[in-house]
Amino acid sequence: MILNMGPQHPSTHGVLRVILEIDGENVVRMMPDVGYLHTGIEKTCEAKFYQQVVPLTDRIDYLCPMTNNLCYVLAVEKLLGLEIPPRAQWLRVLLNELTRINSHLIWLGTHAMDIGALTVFLYCFREREEVLRLFEAVSGQRMMTSYFRIGGIALEPPLDFFDRVRKFADGFAAKVDEYEDLLTNNPIWGLRTKGVAVIAAEDAVALGASGPTLRGSGVDIDLRRDMPYTGYENFKFKVPVRSEGDVYARYLCRVEELRESNKIVTQALDGMPDGPIKADAPKIVLPDREKMKTQMEALIHHFKIITEGFAVPAGEVYQAVESPRGEMGYYVVSDGGPKPYRVHMRSACLANMQTLPKMCEGRLLADVVAAIGSIDIVLGEIDR
Amino acid sequence: MALAPPITDVDQLKAHPAIARLLAWNRAAIEAVKFDRDEMTIVVERSAIREACALLRDDPNCPFNYIADVTCVDWYPADPRFEVIYHLLSIPNKERVRLKVRLAGDSPALESVTSVWPGANYFEREVFDLFGIRFSGHPYLRRIQMPENWEGHPLRKDYPVEGYR
Repeated sequence: MILNMGPQHPSTHGVLRVILEIDGENVVRMMPDVGYLHTGIEKTCEAKFYQQVVPLTDRIDYLCPMTNNLCYVLAVEKLLGLEIPPRAQWLRVLLNELTRINSHLIWLGTHAMDIGALTVFLYCFREREEVLRLFEAVSGQRMMTSYFRIGGIALEPPLDFFDRVRKFADGFAAKVDEYEDLLTNNPIWGLRTKGVAVIAAEDAVALGASGPTLRGSGVDIDLRRDMPYTGYENFKFKVPVRSEGDVYARYLCRVEELRESNKIVTQALDGMPDGPIKADAPKIVLPDREKMKTQMEALIHHFKIITEGFAVPAGEVYQAVESPRGEMGYYVVSDGGPKPYRVHMRSACLANMQTLPKMCEGRLLADVVAAIGSIDIVLGEIDR
Repeated sequence: MALAPPITDVDQLKAHPAIARLLAWNRAAIEAVKFDRDEMTIVVERSAIREACALLRDDPNCPFNYIADVTCVDWYPADPRFEVIYHLLSIPNKERVRLKVRLAGDSPALESVTSVWPGANYFEREVFDLFGIRFSGHPYLRRIQMPENWEGHPLRKDYPVEGYR
């Protein structure tokens, strides 16, 4: 029998359609069908100035906006050869790890809810709300933050921001214990996840999986540690790796990542350097409001950047960052003009989704829901 | 803001594991190389791409065992019009390389690398969908993002941003 799951299905986390060929309760063949959220963001980018692309990147993966912002601005900064001041880098790391916590919390809550553990969802969204309030404090937006700029970040965080982050970080480890109390040793959770949707390391690598989906199968790679960007080399953290390759292993990896991200947040708070938050490049970075009112030069630069954009030397760059879902990459091509000639986003979810048939074929239909949840897909990022 | 000029001389770059491996195999397969902004690009001859990928994947010194991305750039109206771009990653060696294939504008086609990395499947489908490039040997070359009955390939430069309708 052919069964259509989605595109409107609560466990597909968006609009994913999965075509299943089933024999009784067993899945014989599985084919994901995507594209329902395709909005042509890559094409839109080609018609915008470089700085105007930043808000578009939020909309790609709405659960980790800062990671997308970061990846894009890093790519353009690499094209330009810009040096970013340390304070901006540390703030980027701090906010990125908060984003990872935010994204993993949504994943944990919805994934547990898919499998039937409803309570976890309420716990996770309690802490997620805290993170969103922190985002609102720095950027004015809860989800579509657009806080990073080419050459730095938009604004200095408000005065009490670091105290609020500290308060959150101090209490968060205990909150992760609460989630784990509900799930890790829960026999029902174990039955639904252990040995379910197993993928071997070599298959995961060949199919292009990344992030916790790959690390849950025992491949030890984390771009933050192995190919550091934006100052991650200054931070100490563990990369959780599990060898089982099942839903439970991916769950443990992500929960452990929550703890590690929290440690990075604390380190970033402890070592936050002083100094400017924008690079010294008046033709690329918008001037401070105060300077615009007092200095003619600053006003001219502001006018030029807004009306004409800034030229980026011709070339091409592929910048990859470790997003909560895996390797998020931006390939930006410049022809020397003020608009990107081509922006391509390497979607971690799109590649991760190729592992789904391998995980599900030959298993029970009920496990499909667990498998989809365990690779943590965001359809906005897959379809772009 | 000082950018080092790109290096395009093969002999200066032959220490890079991917270039060394391809040179040892077939020098004619390499059309050009470029080292720019700390990134290595190798332009591979069109007919050699699948074999080159398989060689790099199985290189004992530096196996590029992971396909990070396949995409395309349309240089309309220049000729050759299309560049298909492969981003490879070596997980054991933490090394990246970018392979490029240049294609003429009329009925662009090349060999699929899905037999080397099954993970290239969706990426190639996306390139086919949005650029209209055919990958021979692909197991399921259908549109992935656009509807089945869509006309045209939206990421081509001669396709208007607003669409035709």
